[in-house]
Amino acid sequence: MSRLRTITRRSFIVGSAAIVGGVAFGTYLYKRDLKNPLLEGLPPGAAAITPYVKIDASGVTLITPRADVGQGAYSIQAHMIAEELDVDLDTVQITPGPPSPVYYNGVVGVEAMPIAATSETLLARTGRGASDVAGKLLGLQLTGGSSTVPDMYDRLRMAGAVARETLLAAAVAQTGLDRDQLKTEAGAVVLPDGMRLAYQDLAAAAAEMDPVTEVTLRDPSEWRHLGKTQMRTDILPKSTGTQTYGIDMAMEGMVYATTRTNPAQGGDIMGFDAGRAEKMRGVQAVLPITGGVAVVADNTWRAFQAVQAVDCDWVPSPYIGDTAAQFEAVAESFTDDRQDSRFRDDGDVSAALSDGEVLQAEYRIPYLAHAPLEPMSVVVKLEKGRVDIWTGTQIPRFMQANVAALTGIDAENVHIHVLMSGGSFGRRLEDDYTLRAVEVAQQMPGTPIKMVWSRDEDFTHDFPRPLAMARARGKVSEGQIAAYDLAIAAPSTAESQMARLNQPVFGPDIAIVAGAWDQPFAIPDYRVTGHRVPAMVPVSSWRSVGASGNGFLHESFMDEMCHAAGVDPLEERLRLCTHAPSRGVLEAVGEMADWGADLAPGQGRGLAFCLSFGVPVAEVVEVSQTDAGLKIDRVFVAAEVGRVMDPVNFEAQLSGAVIWGLGHAMNCELTYRDGVPQQDNYHLYEGLRLYQTPKIEVRGLENGGKLRGIGEPGVPPAAPALANAIFAATGQRIRELPLSKSVDFA
Amino acid sequence: MELTVNGTVHDMDVEDDMPLLWVLRDELGITGPKYGCGIAQCGACTVHVDGLAVRSCQLRAADVNGNVTTIEGLGTPEALHAVQAEWVEHQVAQCGYCQSGQIMQAASFLELNPEPTDDQIDAAMSGNLCRCGTYPRIRAAVHSAAARLRGA
Repeated sequence: MSRLRTITRRSFIVGSAAIVGGVAFGTYLYKRDLKNPLLEGLPPGAAAITPYVKIDASGVTLITPRADVGQGAYSIQAHMIAEELDVDLDTVQITPGPPSPVYYNGVVGVEAMPIAATSETLLARTGRGASDVAGKLLGLQLTGGSSTVPDMYDRLRMAGAVARETLLAAAVAQTGLDRDQLKTEAGAVVLPDGMRLAYQDLAAAAAEMDPVTEVTLRDPSEWRHLGKTQMRTDILPKSTGTQTYGIDMAMEGMVYATTRTNPAQGGDIMGFDAGRAEKMRGVQAVLPITGGVAVVADNTWRAFQAVQAVDCDWVPSPYIGDTAAQFEAVAESFTDDRQDSRFRDDGDVSAALSDGEVLQAEYRIPYLAHAPLEPMSVVVKLEKGRVDIWTGTQIPRFMQANVAALTGIDAENVHIHVLMSGGSFGRRLEDDYTLRAVEVAQQMPGTPIKMVWSRDEDFTHDFPRPLAMARARGKVSEGQIAAYDLAIAAPSTAESQMARLNQPVFGPDIAIVAGAWDQPFAIPDYRVTGHRVPAMVPVSSWRSVGASGNGFLHESFMDEMCHAAGVDPLEERLRLCTHAPSRGVLEAVGEMADWGADLAPGQGRGLAFCLSFGVPVAEVVEVSQTDAGLKIDRVFVAAEVGRVMDPVNFEAQLSGAVIWGLGHAMNCELTYRDGVPQQDNYHLYEGLRLYQTPKIEVRGLENGGKLRGIGEPGVPPAAPALANAIFAATGQRIRELPLSKSVDFA
Repeated sequence: MELTVNGTVHDMDVEDDMPLLWVLRDELGITGPKYGCGIAQCGACTVHVDGLAVRSCQLRAADVNGNVTTIEGLGTPEALHAVQAEWVEHQVAQCGYCQSGQIMQAASFLELNPEPTDDQIDAAMSGNLCRCGTYPRIRAAVHSAAARLRGA
């Protein structure tokens, strides 16, 4: 075992060296290689050549540690390993593996730093390196920020290559042939005479060998998976009802629980009367939990019924509880002492706007729920100093730490079994639902508890995207945008979210201005200021985080200024654009949409752009006025990600992001009364449905720059492109979301 | 009460008003039909009763007066129904949580309307919510499934 451990540790050095790349600094802790969690309990004859590839008698298992919440993360990670390992994905196991520091995220931390994606200064490069250092030191195993592909691209291909070459070395030792006489194919080493040595038959020998550390990654021209149309590995189970989500877990002796916690955000419970509920059929227990009660029954529906029969004595919410008052708090935060950041301050905006005609506008955007279709659900079993948890999560190690703190059980005895999530959009960056279920399990040790939330419990205990307001001022001169001063006020997502993960936050919150301060436009006098609203109801990250709303704020006023200047919105952005990849997507979307071509009466075309998560995205929306209301006819999207890993899923993620962005912009808001969210199911929070879905045309640009992820960056331009199209079609400028408050949609 | 699900007869002892969804999921362990909203707003729980799509979260157990088919009874990974085959071909699913319901809705709809137009597809499928936004592929897959079924 110790021999194997040495080999595996050395193998990982290859992987980490490849990721670290040119980072010239570091610490002892950072350089230290991390423990391979697959070695724990590995049986004789099995090999865990890297933390991402395990081979035993039953076959090959690929570890895909980034969570799959619908974005296809498992599949793309598996394809990255397979590209070098030469395995047939139909015949391997794919699992997210255990929580482990070795699976840290080295990229996502950049999103918390004031580094523009367009910047290549020494400071910017150093900062990006620091994200990798911090991620590794913290063991930051987190899925988010569209980071899976850029973070795992080198690491997983390297893992596949090291495993392949080590298996080949084992075959060389076994056969006496030269390495050059052998090839690998579909999970086997193939000898010159066509004889096949299956990887699992070479595993024991490979485990005893020095690993092959000198490997060369295949040139993209040799790729058979990446860059090609792939079949997602989860499509078949998801088309046959055979995919197991957290809500589908079943085990011997399992009971069914649900919770009812104070719908007034942050409000506690004084006491409750379970008399009626306890008499209901199938009810086994009514238990106190933080902020409310749980019912344990023999059927989820019986638990749902019984929990409503508990009489609860609620404590009022400690937060500002009404939406009008919440917006007042936002409006009052445009002050010097609430200033959080001013990362962009080009020219002299104050002077430029001190005289002449100044354009002014105020915008507002609402709180938004994630509301993934699978409600929060988890199975917990707590017994004899050990906890097992089965659920979908983007933060397995934070969850592990929080459960350890809650129960007093050592983190190493908290076992998180990550399952496929039925959507997330950021919701599963929180672990509140698991903690509530653990509180139930603590009161019923030894019994597996499946906790499922009702939809209204899920809606009323989301951690929404925060509301925000913007005050924009600008000046146009001689048919050009001359000055742009954008102030945004919002509560801090990082302050709220990181506190629940026990992570310190320092300095300004980038999310307040993300997607606004860092746009690649050379406006002579250009300033973006963030103001931090005092904390109100808890908030969290929502698909594309700060940029999700800031795209609307920044791009709506850009459009207003273009119209005031009498200049074409596309031509003006191209004139101002300082970043070649951004220019590329603007030109591409103009060509796709036939921008400038005549439209029928009642039709309008709107453009918006946003650079977020390092990805420039431009979108054009076409709308038409009909007797039934406004109809979105077509949407064109161009995005630059360096290299498209899978064109089919790329198109799915971008068109899904457009639908997400449009649907929430049109139809959704979360409002509060006495701290209680007023939208508790989908009839009050529709998103987009099929009949409102336009035709969407997607183009991925591949100019070979940095590799980027595509789950989020398509969201921010959708809302402003639609609002700008509505202005073009109707002359009505809408400065508040959702748009359905101002116009009717067909 | 007796309940026939995917060809198997079950003798159930449940309340009359327990929704079929929870009989299937928690009493019979048939988890293809999903819980999403509980008020017939999302369609994730869609199953067939005598071939017609119904929202199983709104159908009382006592009111089930026909044979129930869930996605598990429509087709299997080894023997896909035409609609499932097109869902695979078009790679419709993202998170996949709504897709059991989408597929059951589409299969029932195509039985009634073998040659649907875009507008008819939109009308038939708009009761099924997809938070990931797979709608363009749903539209395309329904068209392809219609062609496949006509050809079969």
